[in-house]
Amino acid sequence: MNALPPSSGCASELALKERPSERAPVLRERGQREVFCGLTGIIWLHRKMQDAFFLVVGSRTCAHLLQSAAGVMIFAEPRFATAIMEERDLAGMVDAQEELDRVVGKLLQRRPDINTLFLVGSCPSEVIKLDLAKAAERLGAKHAGDVRILNYSGSGIETTFTQGEDACLASLVPEMPAGDSDGAKELLIVGSLPDIVEDQFLRLFKQLGIERVGMLPARNACDLPAVGPQTRYLLAQPFLSDTAMALENRGAQRLDALFPFGAEGTTAWLRAAATEFGIDEMHFNSVVAGPRKRAKRAIEHSREMLGGKRISFLPDSQLEVPLARFLTQELGMEPVEIGTPYLHRTHLARELELLPETARLSEGQHVDKQLDRVREDRPDLTVCGLGLANPLEAEGFATKWAIELVFSPIHGFEQAGDLAELFARPLRRRDVLRV
Amino acid sequence: MQLSVWTYEGPPHVGAMRVATAMEGMHYLLHAPQGDTYADLLFTMIERRGKRPPVTYTTFEARDLGKDTAQLFQDAARDAAERFQPQAMMVGASCTAELIQDDPAGLSEAMDLPCPVIPLELPSYQRKENWGAAESFYQIVRVLADRNIERAPREGRRPLVNILGPTALGFRHRDDLVEIRKILDELGVDVHLVAPLGASPQDITHIGAADFNIVLYPEIGDEAARWLEREFKQPAIRTVPIGVSATRTFIEEVAELAEVDPTSALGDNSSRMPWWSRSVDSNYLTGKRVFIFGDATHAVAAARIAHEELGFEVCGLGCYNREFARDVRAAAREYGVEPLITDDHMEVEDAIIAAQPEMVLGTQMERHIAKRLGMPCAVISAPVHVQDFPARHSPQMGFEGANVIFDTWVHPLVMGLEEHLLTMFRDDFEFSDENGPSHHAAHAPKMSQARAPTIDADVPEEPVVPADSGSIWTAEAERELKKIPFFVRGKARRNTETFASDHGRAEIDLDTLYDAKAHYAR
Repeated sequence: MNALPPSSGCASELALKERPSERAPVLRERGQREVFCGLTGIIWLHRKMQDAFFLVVGSRTCAHLLQSAAGVMIFAEPRFATAIMEERDLAGMVDAQEELDRVVGKLLQRRPDINTLFLVGSCPSEVIKLDLAKAAERLGAKHAGDVRILNYSGSGIETTFTQGEDACLASLVPEMPAGDSDGAKELLIVGSLPDIVEDQFLRLFKQLGIERVGMLPARNACDLPAVGPQTRYLLAQPFLSDTAMALENRGAQRLDALFPFGAEGTTAWLRAAATEFGIDEMHFNSVVAGPRKRAKRAIEHSREMLGGKRISFLPDSQLEVPLARFLTQELGMEPVEIGTPYLHRTHLARELELLPETARLSEGQHVDKQLDRVREDRPDLTVCGLGLANPLEAEGFATKWAIELVFSPIHGFEQAGDLAELFARPLRRRDVLRV
Repeated sequence: MQLSVWTYEGPPHVGAMRVATAMEGMHYLLHAPQGDTYADLLFTMIERRGKRPPVTYTTFEARDLGKDTAQLFQDAARDAAERFQPQAMMVGASCTAELIQDDPAGLSEAMDLPCPVIPLELPSYQRKENWGAAESFYQIVRVLADRNIERAPREGRRPLVNILGPTALGFRHRDDLVEIRKILDELGVDVHLVAPLGASPQDITHIGAADFNIVLYPEIGDEAARWLEREFKQPAIRTVPIGVSATRTFIEEVAELAEVDPTSALGDNSSRMPWWSRSVDSNYLTGKRVFIFGDATHAVAAARIAHEELGFEVCGLGCYNREFARDVRAAAREYGVEPLITDDHMEVEDAIIAAQPEMVLGTQMERHIAKRLGMPCAVISAPVHVQDFPARHSPQMGFEGANVIFDTWVHPLVMGLEEHLLTMFRDDFEFSDENGPSHHAAHAPKMSQARAPTIDADVPEEPVVPADSGSIWTAEAERELKKIPFFVRGKARRNTETFASDHGRAEIDLDTLYDAKAHYAR
């Protein structure tokens, strides 16, 4: 891994407060997990990849989850659907693979605009061991030239919420063309970002002088960037462990950095690339100074509301650790408990260093015990899923819906103020209401 | 396999959750993987419940499958019994757990839990949400009802009734119940038990003490009611009091079973709907063509109200729950339309396009379809949406429910006097018909662009019509068509084109336009 040079300039402000070894051990719990499964990622992935279709092979529950989590009815025919398995599929009255061929054929006939079709495995399809890799291969050969057919699992027995994106992107990696291994270094940004954020980052990299920048996923799934030993990649999201592994298997190297949340996180993230690509420090500072200052100004607005406030995260998206770092470092909040479904120690190493050692880290979940801790800790703000938010509000706790952090543009300098505002708004609302 | 983009009903265990969540002191242990917990948000977000549904999920993972998911289930059962101390516990499996065949019923039986256990077998790959709710409620009643209960003699006491069917996440169940209680109060009938909504397992044990049952929501309550009929000889009232005439029938039926005088309840003077419908402003409602789709009970009730109480013409009728399709078929026969029994919303959309109604009465999905097609629409049935839980009292049942229905259905339409004014003054920019009905929410007259009126987003100029139209219209006929008010213009265009093609006219001129008008005159 590429280590950053000794901190200088902006990075010197990221003073290491303590060593991770002094922290209490991570609390690991098993029990009821109150989280979405990986299928949920389809909701943002299908909007990001505009030529891709996601076909879940699952049950009525899967279809119901997707429509409920998306929270909206369908205005136009969306680019996702569920092939709902029925009794006859399970009882062996029909061959499930043949049924799948039939459904895919019907779908592709109706949607000739699809370039990439993802067959997405679910809990029931995994349990009955329906081989979607085989199906993708067979169907891919049948529809070769028109549609690329890939598969991954978004099942709840294997993936938690954002891990669905990880599985999806990992399935794209083998499809990426091989780059020129002797050629110049190329930068790859990994993790789906809203288009507006992606464009901001691409502009910044261009101003920095990094010309060859690829995105995974690309807006069109058929425009995959190249990968190879010349690839240096930056993770834009903290939940992409399988994708990272797949990229490294193809020779790419990860640039270790903070995640691009807030002024500091974004600066450090860009700096990791700038350093690797030999960008002059003065030039880096001149490019970054303006937007960085703007981000700080935008954050300032919420600082008064959030400074000194205590916050607990219930496990949801794996964004918890970097967001807790942002709130601690840039807004003066005090994290009480930082729950995360899965703690990737390597990818999060720099983030963890910046968390106060008083923060309780927990991995996995026993939702009832965790709620008991919230009641005992009485944080000023609790970040949690939609199933828990109103019940906690009714008990008198201010909450922030975690899912909004996944669906809203929150990365980068220009969104830093919006990100802070997402946490400040529930508190401000409580102050405003006289009802 | 069935290709599905959107579903009207969730899986059957969501129906069981609706029953458990409606009750007090009940707990539901669901053998299910993580992710199935999404269902909690239906209750906490859509219905804005301030409590988590009383459901424990075992949330097994792939790594548990090779080991002991049964142990996981038993641990969760023990923990839930201890933590929540329910009076009774429902146990069952979601679609995935059904496949691993851990037998929640047998496992919980072997555990000797400190409360009664209601095992649920809800076949996820055959059945759906409403069925799951009905089956769960039936099993709860069957397991918990004290069969030795003796009904006290009728002399010297008021009649007692059970109200069966209201659940969590029900379409206006909260408000319907208020209206039903009002009627029963007026009749001098005491409510012995409402179930599942608000009932505890202990309450259910006494269910046999009532004199008769009211099946308010047959989709959920009828299976239990049939068992109670057999077991306790409790007759059931199955008239669903949606609409004025059904409410009257309902009151008479209750009075008969309760042996009370219905006069004062029938004379309810808060019922405005009949006069609102008879008043001259409502003349314009006559013969409006409505397309109706929803759950069977609400769809059939809506058709009756549309036909008898508002003077609409039912041009389409259907439901998404096959279990009750028979009722819809019978009603469709009565109105002379082909029944549409499907859970495929795209099929419903096709049927709406084909029927070209002037109004759609449906679920939230039909609301979206109608919006896309530029048709007025009102929502009459589940599946529910956050808008179906208004802060205000908004029942569907009883006389007040009929009042609410009148307003809800009529407001999306251009109203009588307004229709008249639009016709008279349509050339004046203040009355520009393209601005749509003035009482529409989100309506604002738009007079910008040199007084060129733009179109309200909710009311496109005319319903979407298949392409390839217009080409055979002469310029003169096209201009004449523009003079027809916008809310009938689409229909006039389609009728004229159909007429032209039926009569082999290659071009539509003024004569064709007026020949068609005469042909379709009613």
